Amino acid sequence: MNPANYLYLAALLFTIGAAGVLIRRNAIVIFMCVELMLNACNLAFVTFSRLHGNLDGQIIAFFTMVVAAAEVVIGLAIIVTIFRSRHSASVDDASLLKL
Amino acid sequence: MSSLAAAASSTSTGEAVQFWVLAVVAVAGALGAVLMKKAVHSALSLAGTMIVLAVFYLANGAYFLGIVQIVVYTGAIMMLFLFVVMLVGVTAADSLKETIRGQRLLAGLCVLGFGILLGAGIANASLRDFNGLGQANAGGNVQGLAALIFTKYVFAFEITGALLITAVVGAMVLTHRERTGRPATQRERSEARVRGKHLPPLPAPGVYARHNAVDIPGLLPDGTPSELTVNPTLRARGQVRDVSGEALEDLAALEQRSKEWLERNNDRSEERAQ
Amino acid sequence: MENLIGLLVLAPLLGAGVLLCGGRRLDRTGHWIGTLLAAASFVIGVVLFADLLGRPADDRELGTTVFSWVPVGGFRADVGFQLDQLSMTFVLLITGVGSLIHLYSVGYMEHDERRRRFFGYLNLFLAAMLLLVLADNYLLLYVGWEGVGLASYLLIGFWQHKPSAATAAKKAFLVNRVGDMGLSIAVMLMFTTFGTFAFGPVLEHADQAGEGKLTAIGLMLLLAACGKSAQVPLQSWLGDAMEGPTPVSALIHAATMVTAGVYLIVRSGAIFDAAPDAQTAVVTVGAVTLLFGAIVGCAKDDIKKALAGSTMSQIGYMILAAGLGPIGYVFAIMHLVTHGFFKAGLFLGAGSVMHGMNDEVDMRRYGGLRTYMPVTFVTFGLGYLAIIGFPGLSGFFSKDKIIEAAFARGGTEGWILGGAALLGAAITAYYMTRVMLLTFFGEKRWQPDADGKLPHPHESPRTMTIPMIVLAFGSVFAGGLFSLNDAFLKWLEPVTGHAEGDSPLTATQVTAATMVVLVVGVALAWAQYGRRPVPVTAPPGGLLVRAARRDLLQDDFNHVVLVRGGEHLTRSLVYVDHTLVDGVVNGTAASVGGLSGRMRRLQNGFARSYAVSMFGGAAVLIAATLLMRAV
Repeated sequence: MNPANYLYLAALLFTIGAAGVLIRRNAIVIFMCVELMLNACNLAFVTFSRLHGNLDGQIIAFFTMVVAAAEVVIGLAIIVTIFRSRHSASVDDASLLKL
Repeated sequence: MSSLAAAASSTSTGEAVQFWVLAVVAVAGALGAVLMKKAVHSALSLAGTMIVLAVFYLANGAYFLGIVQIVVYTGAIMMLFLFVVMLVGVTAADSLKETIRGQRLLAGLCVLGFGILLGAGIANASLRDFNGLGQANAGGNVQGLAALIFTKYVFAFEITGALLITAVVGAMVLTHRERTGRPATQRERSEARVRGKHLPPLPAPGVYARHNAVDIPGLLPDGTPSELTVNPTLRARGQVRDVSGEALEDLAALEQRSKEWLERNNDRSEERAQ
Repeated sequence: MENLIGLLVLAPLLGAGVLLCGGRRLDRTGHWIGTLLAAASFVIGVVLFADLLGRPADDRELGTTVFSWVPVGGFRADVGFQLDQLSMTFVLLITGVGSLIHLYSVGYMEHDERRRRFFGYLNLFLAAMLLLVLADNYLLLYVGWEGVGLASYLLIGFWQHKPSAATAAKKAFLVNRVGDMGLSIAVMLMFTTFGTFAFGPVLEHADQAGEGKLTAIGLMLLLAACGKSAQVPLQSWLGDAMEGPTPVSALIHAATMVTAGVYLIVRSGAIFDAAPDAQTAVVTVGAVTLLFGAIVGCAKDDIKKALAGSTMSQIGYMILAAGLGPIGYVFAIMHLVTHGFFKAGLFLGAGSVMHGMNDEVDMRRYGGLRTYMPVTFVTFGLGYLAIIGFPGLSGFFSKDKIIEAAFARGGTEGWILGGAALLGAAITAYYMTRVMLLTFFGEKRWQPDADGKLPHPHESPRTMTIPMIVLAFGSVFAGGLFSLNDAFLKWLEPVTGHAEGDSPLTATQVTAATMVVLVVGVALAWAQYGRRPVPVTAPPGGLLVRAARRDLLQDDFNHVVLVRGGEHLTRSLVYVDHTLVDGVVNGTAASVGGLSGRMRRLQNGFARSYAVSMFGGAAVLIAATLLMRAV
């Protein structure tokens, strides 16, 4: 099997995640789609690591995970705050770009 | 072990089978995450995809990452998501109807174009050479990563630490609600609950009235109608039927009749007495 | 002595200030104040003249810088005066004739309730004119130039209640503006070429500048001269300017202001000498105008307009002479001075006649006035003899010299110019005889005026006749006096220079030819107006006569070419402005507005819309990257 298939899979997952970000209105689901995109990237990095025969790609993937964790913490905090004030998690409701 | 084989410089048939089976699962999970109406279902689908990805990491020789993926992502981050989903309301289902005009079309075009371009890019890349991680993982995957993290990427690692702390503080700041006054005591709360309200249930409409339709107020003992008995919505709309005159007349007639009846009774008693 | 020069200008300026700002208090004495200040200016002029005469011929120049007007970095424009023989001549002419006409106006304007204002304007004119001739640089000359234009405008339109006078003033002002534009361009060109305005450096270094530039300057100066001196093609205002009071016509539109163009050309002689093309243009303008004015003068029945045509024609002679170069400069100025005397005298005579005839101006309604107005008749007659060049009178000397100089131009050109000058002399004799005969001879053709009163011609008061007598003396003797020992030539030569040309005809031959054409002209006029009774209403006349009565169609030409053309130009410009310019401007605004309206929809506030844009942009970037790699 050609390991490039991992890359195609990563591209497909990334694209699906992007479509989700663009289409869904629920902020939590959008966030999950972003996570999906990050994971797709990680898969690509890991594959690249294997293709190149060094561990740098895995390091990048590791950092991506850490950053994703931080991002999730902040993002969910924001969602909770917005939900508290608007009683809605729809991103379209915040179209005035203010609370 | 297929994962160990994957670390070698070529892919085995076993890995190919594993890939094709799990890739379908991963894509299905991703599509589920995007398309499921309920956020909970989305989260669960995504968790499935992530576990599949963990397996792929392992297959690609990233043993540490595979474990971390399961522990941190699936175990912590996705649970955090579920927690927030519960907080927001687990039963709330999204409408998948698009409200922004042209959004879906534009998004579709962009996604399609982007996907094709990505595919084209991968197809263009020269991926013939395939080194494998056998040499890099020779001293152990975790050891190799650690060596890199604490030498080459030590600054990035330290900065990541700072980032995490910042994120923690940020989350606290965001979710913390500043109290502006003294918290209410239990007594105050109970008093507030009782003040200005009917403690017993409100009287039902139509009590003592001729009809018991919802728009007919119940009558008080003196015959005057009580608006409280009618639904507030009807009251606000002014759709309460006015029955006071009719009711008073009826009451007068009733009294008359009862008096007559009592008099007759009196007569009878007199008669009896006589 | 130098300080007196400033005083020369200051006296009439003071008069103007006092009279125009003084209010009604001065109504009773104002005219005398004005006259006195004009006379004071004349006295100062005479004192200066005596001072100049007392000096050796090559040292007769006084100069003074009063103050620095515009000192900016390397640029300096000073208010400075220069009094040399040329300026002195003008000063004497302006203040002398000016004082006489002030005196005349005292009588002439006696019944006008705005007499004080009139004298204020006259003084203003004197000041501006003196500034013009005394300036030692072109910028200050320009100030005077505009000043006389303003005074001329105010005085032509003095009877502003008459629409014709107001229109005439406006016309004069507008036509003069064209000429003034020429002068201002010439001054600017001078500054860019020589870096200064002062006469001294400019004229000294004139021949060092390129001929093309000098030609341009010369042509612009000629345009200025044409405007101020009513030369073709800017001649149309002078006839209408006769709407002004007669003293104004005599002073401004005969003796002084209209000769400013001649002064300008003679003063800038060095420039013209170095630019032969410009000189050719000058002589052409002069020759054409002298015939043009003469022909117009023949056809006019309005005595003042006939004289205006004559003025135009005589200034044509001067311009012609000035254009001939050093041969002609002196004679141009000499003719200018003699013309100042006799034409002012003629105008004053005409004013006197009108005064006696209830302001009637149509010569066909005069006739036989010689016995009723003997003084006017004699002075007018002397002026008449002087202008037609009767031997021994001043016109004879000056005009003869100009004709001679024209022939001396040499070649075909010389014959053409000389012929034109001779023809002009014949026509002059004709139309002046006609004026004379129609006015003072023949039977009375007096008509009742608008109120039904027949005029009672009478001699004018002393204040009017004295100036006429003085001017008549000038008309008779000035020419002879100037020619005595070539006195005038020697006087002016240090400033203008002089050259003798070799004429194909000798002086005697020219004089003989002039005498012949003079006799022919007079005889023709006598045959037409002296022997036969003159009809009160003008006969229809032939094509040329009718054209000449309409000033040789000058106004029609202006109307068709300039007014209509201007209107068409304006309309097309307006059209272009409305469609093209406004279209572009409004179109830009509309497209920006429309575009903004569309762009605004992109800013809908939906984070997902922005995400689509970002994602599309990312796709485009990937496409571009791939494309670059492919290429």
